[in-house]
Amino acid sequence: MDTSVKRKKAGSPPEIDIGRETRMELYRQQLELRYCEKRAYDLFLQNLIKGTSHLSLGQEAIAAGFGVAMRPDDWTFCTYRGHAHTLARGASMAGVLGELMGRECGLLGGKGGSMHLTDVSKGAMGSYAIIGAHLPVAAGAAWSAQYRGTEQVAVCFFGDGTTNIGAFHEALNFAAIWKLPVIFVCENNLYMEYTPIHTVTAVEHPAADRASAYGLEKIVIDGNDADEVYKTAVKFMDRARKGGGPALIEAMTYRHSGHSRADPGQYRPKGELEKWLEQDPLKRYRSRLLEVGFNEATLKDMEAEAMRKVDEATETAKASPVPGLDAIDRDVWADGSTAWRN
Amino acid sequence: MAELTYRDAVAAGIAQEMERDENVVFLGEDIGAAGGVFKATVGLFEKFGPRRVRDTPISEQAILGAAMGAAMTGLKPIAEIMFSDFLAVCWDIVANEIAKTRYMTNGQIALPLVIRTANGAGSRFGAQHSQAVENWAMAIPGIKVVAPAFPADVKGLLAAAVRDPDPVLFFEQKSLYPMKGEVPDGEHVDELGKAKVLREGKDCTIVALASMVHKSLDAAAILEKEHGISATVVDVRSLVPLDTQTILTEIGKTGRLFTVEENPRLCGWGAEIVSIAAEECFWTLDAPMVRITTPHIPLPSADKLEDATIPSVERIVKEVSQKMD
Ligand SMILES: Cc1ncc(C[n+]2csc(CCOP(=O)(O)OP(=O)(O)O)c2C)c(N)n1
Repeated sequence: MDTSVKRKKAGSPPEIDIGRETRMELYRQQLELRYCEKRAYDLFLQNLIKGTSHLSLGQEAIAAGFGVAMRPDDWTFCTYRGHAHTLARGASMAGVLGELMGRECGLLGGKGGSMHLTDVSKGAMGSYAIIGAHLPVAAGAAWSAQYRGTEQVAVCFFGDGTTNIGAFHEALNFAAIWKLPVIFVCENNLYMEYTPIHTVTAVEHPAADRASAYGLEKIVIDGNDADEVYKTAVKFMDRARKGGGPALIEAMTYRHSGHSRADPGQYRPKGELEKWLEQDPLKRYRSRLLEVGFNEATLKDMEAEAMRKVDEATETAKASPVPGLDAIDRDVWADGSTAWRN
Repeated sequence: MAELTYRDAVAAGIAQEMERDENVVFLGEDIGAAGGVFKATVGLFEKFGPRRVRDTPISEQAILGAAMGAAMTGLKPIAEIMFSDFLAVCWDIVANEIAKTRYMTNGQIALPLVIRTANGAGSRFGAQHSQAVENWAMAIPGIKVVAPAFPADVKGLLAAAVRDPDPVLFFEQKSLYPMKGEVPDGEHVDELGKAKVLREGKDCTIVALASMVHKSLDAAAILEKEHGISATVVDVRSLVPLDTQTILTEIGKTGRLFTVEENPRLCGWGAEIVSIAAEECFWTLDAPMVRITTPHIPLPSADKLEDATIPSVERIVKEVSQKMD
């Protein structure tokens, strides 16, 4: 990556230049996340994807901003709304779509499904479907990095609704007292499932307003601006790597689709979605790229290329067989068996 | 062989593993300079320092969550939950996260970690500090469950648990902490999933765990002396993996089975053993099997009430001798 982190003097916050290549990477990622998730939606409609699934259409700038800023050996922890975060670490797209379709080529061989995407080889350390459970787990990974002096960072994504569960508070205090290299990223999309977050939370910014309770600074960013997310990620990950401890970042965003497959999102007031569609991270990033000198043809090429990649991944996943039943009792225990008795 | 208490055997087991492997770390509430509320970890902080022996806030979810995150990224954490009753506070991490992760991730994530906790009654602590909850854990695929009865087993099984590639819940019986016993000097590692026949008899087989092993041994001595009943006593030691073979073999030899456990009546582990025996050695049985358990009530606190709830030596003697008539 052509990102240079410069400091005026030791200890002062870095100034980050976003170079052309990084910008292309940010755009490429956002395109792929968007197209892939839209494809997942189409596959639902064709009944090729069963169960439930939680899309993050409209939230791509956050996954992409961090995905591009992270070192390959850093770790990501995400929620059931984790397709984008997993893809952003470089997990195979066919592996993601295959898992959603319950195919053998799926990242988890069909044993995990949409809500548990994991690719340890890419540092995607799991998607957790119990609200808040992964915050302490991310802290633990950060502890192990600190213990071994590897300068790895754990990044943990979660929603605004998660800030009201106990594990959030336990993990933040824990990470803060041990100065762990973990970045907690609250994607505030204004809703916890179907309920507006402000109706169930006493503060305006459910994550950032509570940061001071853990001795952390208040950080609210525009989560629909990939550049801002990227810069924030670089800044705080860099600090965490050098022993500066955790950060809690609240990124403001909006999901274009409902909470899950089953949800048409009709609880949202008229005009709200339309207003946010104006703030669509892809739309904004495209204009930004044109402003800073990219030409239309380059962007069109990138868009076509992203679509081609999604098409190809879809075909690979569709062609993959469903897992054989012999997979069913593998991996309960380390020896591969399910035997709990002799 | 040195004579150690059950509580000192805990510290000895942890120390042995921390010395052997730099990746073994230990975390929990009051485990550092304080040496643990049961003084089972005295000396570890002095020996290994705050980098490896870490006091935590009162945050059970964070303790086990952090142990999980550390385990999946190369460490081998031992996490202490002060009283086993408190496992309920972090049951999500145990039951939904730690136990299921290897399977859900198709084998991508291994969690070599140990959760140690003080289990069981006998200290008049009341219903929220005295339960035996090993049967909660036994019901969940993906987590191993160990409960030693003797100091030597504490050291050896704890070492085996630390070295095991799967997550292990290690139940220490709090009423046994002061108990003394011979513990092998130097490196001592046992094997998970092996029951022990502590006494061989002809007339019946008593299968027990943790403190109930000691009561069963005492009961067997009385049964022999006062009733002429000769009982085999099997210490299960590990519920998952379960040494079914040893248990069935011993039942086969005597034709009679009694299980003795601290769990409330419903769904205690004795029910599982009885059901395995019913399926697999029914024709060797001479009489109905008998489960000796606590009643299905929360634990009371007063001396007399707690004693009446937990199977006692007298009760074991009485139930066995009556049923053997
Ligand atoms: C402990 C727990 N309680 C409830 C749920 C059901 N649930 C799933 S998603 C969700 C809303 C989460 O909202 P938020 O944290 O804002 O994340 P978002 O879906 O917006 O990304 C709820 C209540 C759950 N999965 N886990």
